[in-house]
Order: sequence, then structure tokens, then C-alpha cells
Amino acid sequence: MKFGIMVNEGPYQHQASDTAYLFAKAVLAKGHEIYRVFFYHDGVNNGTRLTVPPQDDRNIVNRWSELAAKHGIDLVVCVAAAQRRGILDESEAKRHGRDANNIAAGFRISGLGQLVEAGIQADRLVVFGD
Amino acid sequence: MADAGGVVKKFMFVNRKSPYGTIYALESLEVVLISAAFDQDVSLAFLDDGVYELTKGQSTKGVEMKNFSPTYRALEGYDIEKLYVAQESLEERGLSEDDLLVDVQVVSRAEMADLMAEQDVVLSF
Repeated sequence: MKFGIMVNEGPYQHQASDTAYLFAKAVLAKGHEIYRVFFYHDGVNNGTRLTVPPQDDRNIVNRWSELAAKHGIDLVVCVAAAQRRGILDESEAKRHGRDANNIAAGFRISGLGQLVEAGIQADRLVVFGD
Repeated sequence: MADAGGVVKKFMFVNRKSPYGTIYALESLEVVLISAAFDQDVSLAFLDDGVYELTKGQSTKGVEMKNFSPTYRALEGYDIEKLYVAQESLEERGLSEDDLLVDVQVVSRAEMADLMAEQDVVLSF
């Protein structure tokens, strides 16, 4: 089966991102496919490479990046939600005259159409959030 | 028009939160508007505090936020005409259909559950 995953909450503050990650791993372990993971609302904060969690804790951002690298998963951060919350890639930073970017490896910034498309293309779209 | 490859699915956007306490309602509306470009079978459900999103006479000056409630009136122009409101949620808050700023179908919770069960994709905000 082909799964779409939506993550609506930020890392550490809320368990949604942890649960979504563990769900994604379970999906892959069962031989299913992940069409896309879409990050919305505060979920876009899963895509900043500047988080510095304590060393004895899980690194939520790196975990997503590693999953994407290992399994070729499409991690998409909503552009409108990202702009409000200061998540920028190189071209977005340039376009809006900001002096830095912070997008983590394996993530890309794109529009909400990518979420609707995931709903259309995946067999199941599973939402993680409040 | 965005390309959905001819696939038409039933999408339901479930709105459960009051409009300004958190950003969910506003960002939900942004997804709804984008979904209109994909030619899908879209409906909106309003339940719990989500019914406040549709109330008339919203004034946001005091909280310095944008009043986005007029956008609900524009949904018709996007061919999004299926708006369902949970009757019990209205009643629990002392509201009636007359307090809402758009035409809706008021349904019972049980009917709302049936509507949800018919969907291909349910996005909950």
C-alpha cells in the first residue's frame, strides 16, 4: 500500500512527529511505500537543521533526514507555513532578503498542492497532530 | 487547474477549533482553497469549537489578527458548497444556523459520522 503522511506539530513540544516517524518506519518495515511526508502548521519546524537537542535525547530532525536518505522519501515542508515560522531554504532566503537559511538535509519546501496531491495519489493519507 | 490525473476523491476538511486561539482554522482554510484547484469532491465539516469559525460579526481588532471569516463566503466561488455543521456543537454553544455567515447543512453527530465514513481523505484541523 502507498501511504501519505501529514505532520502537523513541531518536534519535542508534541509527540505527533515522533509517532509519525515511528509509523513511517513501521510502514517501510512491512514493505509498504511512502509517497510523501508533508509538514504543516508547526510541523514545519521538523525541517530546521539548527535544532540542538541534548545529547542523551533523540534527534528528531536528523532522524527524518536519515530516513529520507536511506529510503528516498520525499519530505515536503509547506512554503506558506514555513515562511511564517522562519524555515527557509537557499532560494527562499534569497527571495525574501534573509541572511541565512536553515532547511535540513532531505527536506524541500513546496506548496500545499503537494499535500492535496498526496491525498489523491496515496491509498491512505494519515494525519498526525492535535 | 492542477493535474490530478483524472482521479476524483472525496476530501473532507474537518474543522474543530475556534478561529483565533490557534492557527489551525486559518491554515485549514488555506488548504481548502488550494484543493479547489485539483477538481476534487471537497466538503467541509465544522464541529466542536470549529463552529465558531463560521459565526457572524467576528471582530479581531482587539487581538490584532486578520479577520479571515469573509473568506468562507468566497468558497462558493471555488465550487466548494458542501459545508456541514454539527447540530449538537451549535446547541452546546447556544448558537443556531442564524448565527452563521454562510449557508450550511446542519447535521446530527451521527449523520456527520456517516459523512466521514464516506470520504476517501479526511484532514482534521
